[in-house]
Amino acid sequence: MIDRAYDVVIIGSGAGGGTVALGLAPLAEQGRRVLVLEQGPRLADEEFTGEELEMAEALYADSGGFLTADGTMTLAFGRVYGGSTAVYTGTSLIAEPRVVESWGVPGLSHTDLAERSRRFAEQNNVHLLEPVEINENNTLFAAGCEQAGFEAQQFPVNVKGCRGSSLCNLGCPNAAKQGTDRVQLPAAERRGVEVVSRAEATRIEEKLVVVRVSAAPAGGKGSPSEWEPGEYRVRAGAVVVAGGAVGSPALLLRSGFGKRLPRLGEGFTCHPAFILVGEHSREITNDVGHPKSYYVDRAVEEGYVLETCMYFPFVTAKSLVGFGATNESFLRAFPRLQMILVLACDRATAGNRVAVDSRGQPVVHYRFTDEVVRALAAGTRASARIFFGAGAARVHVPLASPPELRAPEAGEIDERIRPEHFVAGTVPVSAAHLMGGCGMGSSAADSVTDSWGRVHEHPWLRVADSSLFPDSLQINPYLTIMALADRVAEAIREDAIR
Amino acid sequence: MIPPGRRAFRSLAVTIVPGAARLDAEGWQDVEARIEAALRTRPPRLRRGLRLLVLALEWSPLLRHRRRFSRLDDARRTQILDRVQRSPNLLLRRGFWGLRTLVLLGYYGRSEVRRSVGYRADPDGWAALMGDFPTGPEDGIEGGS
Repeated sequence: MIDRAYDVVIIGSGAGGGTVALGLAPLAEQGRRVLVLEQGPRLADEEFTGEELEMAEALYADSGGFLTADGTMTLAFGRVYGGSTAVYTGTSLIAEPRVVESWGVPGLSHTDLAERSRRFAEQNNVHLLEPVEINENNTLFAAGCEQAGFEAQQFPVNVKGCRGSSLCNLGCPNAAKQGTDRVQLPAAERRGVEVVSRAEATRIEEKLVVVRVSAAPAGGKGSPSEWEPGEYRVRAGAVVVAGGAVGSPALLLRSGFGKRLPRLGEGFTCHPAFILVGEHSREITNDVGHPKSYYVDRAVEEGYVLETCMYFPFVTAKSLVGFGATNESFLRAFPRLQMILVLACDRATAGNRVAVDSRGQPVVHYRFTDEVVRALAAGTRASARIFFGAGAARVHVPLASPPELRAPEAGEIDERIRPEHFVAGTVPVSAAHLMGGCGMGSSAADSVTDSWGRVHEHPWLRVADSSLFPDSLQINPYLTIMALADRVAEAIREDAIR
Repeated sequence: MIPPGRRAFRSLAVTIVPGAARLDAEGWQDVEARIEAALRTRPPRLRRGLRLLVLALEWSPLLRHRRRFSRLDDARRTQILDRVQRSPNLLLRRGFWGLRTLVLLGYYGRSEVRRSVGYRADPDGWAALMGDFPTGPEDGIEGGS
């Protein structure tokens, strides 16, 4: 076991960890030792090839197929320098006041979060794409919304020099997406923050992190770790856990913090989602251009959000319910496909939680509530109307039996698309907005941390990622994660001058 | 997972993706190698479970149809897998989901197949498709909320 000592150790380099790293760069410049541990590899620019399977393996935990405990949903989260900011589409929304207020966290205001979010939006070059940059997969969505009576809003996105590869979810091959891997982490490193890749925090003890550094696998992507492979004991004045809504609660649980924090791991939400495809009679621009330009927010009224999306052949194929010739015929129509993602705005529910197994590995328990299934069904019906409104000839809808609707059947949408057709383990559901598990609140009885991410009864330990959310955000979460992480960095800076 | 039940596996794969019937020996090898590679990092119990599922599906029609799955016609194979994916038993449903996912990964992971379905995504984006790409403002903030 090799011993090291730092003033601050940050575990994770995504939207949370990367933000804290830059926020603590002033301390590094003053000679304090700040370390970021990232479990995944650091890739060179030329290693982002856009190849579906190899990039999924290189960038995601379990290649993007991390399964919930009962095996009925896959969770996608990044495990790479930059965390999930390397693999998201860069959609950048500020949390709604109603959501932050409903959390009821003492000391946390929407005004403060929104101000910080705007600052990160500016830092990450968030803007609306020009109409000429928006592909037909997106313009058809907007047109279909108009026809079907839905209000489509445009996503601000954090790109700079986007060439329209459409490969955001496989890591931008043109370094255009402004995630922490492109903005905050390099800036922090230039100012003296140390980042070590392939470094897994296996356990946290009082002001100490046990770390396992792995060798680069033969033939795999990414450079070797900055440290020699082996086991390390890293002493730290402060520890910031930013391993995401699965990784952070799991690390704290296997380190024994659950004994004094009964809410640790509880309150997991994830916006369960599925992909719908509609086929047009002509080829459209879909796998070129930024994939995600518009959304429809029906969270308040019906509990769902619709987003444009574009996925790759394997992900598209596995997202269709069932098997056989009809599914294959949708895939063979790839250049004519329009895609919509339906996300349910799930709420923190007893039993939906992160736990650890006997080896300390994360296990996510998740049950689809009736509300979630109803929201998915309502979102599916809305999507079918939007597809047909845009002129699609047929649509694949997981909540109909059979799951194919043709344009002349558009009048049957309400009868055909029913929540009763939702069968867990048959309908392919996935989630990428993982939240909760270390929720903020006022005491250990109702939460894990305070509004500044400080873990109750452990003043040297903080959390800075989406696990802080006491309930789901109901929009894409990364700006809110950055805003919360910025508060954590501010609190540590203040601690340092005391 | 594949060697002891290759025939069974391939008949299941063709039922899940009928286009797989057109694969030559090299194509099958490629599909199976991708699946084996994907399974390499998964827990051994998962690999064992999938091998068992393939064999169970191969022998399951014997009583009713007096034939193994791989000897049935397409309609009967489809009928059987449809029953499995709708089974009230979650373990069976998720087992089939896993098998289906692996078959799709092996098949649609092939560059030949991606090309054949018309998938065009290219790191050069608009430039690769049209020889040019649209440009928008690259700095300044618009619509942050």
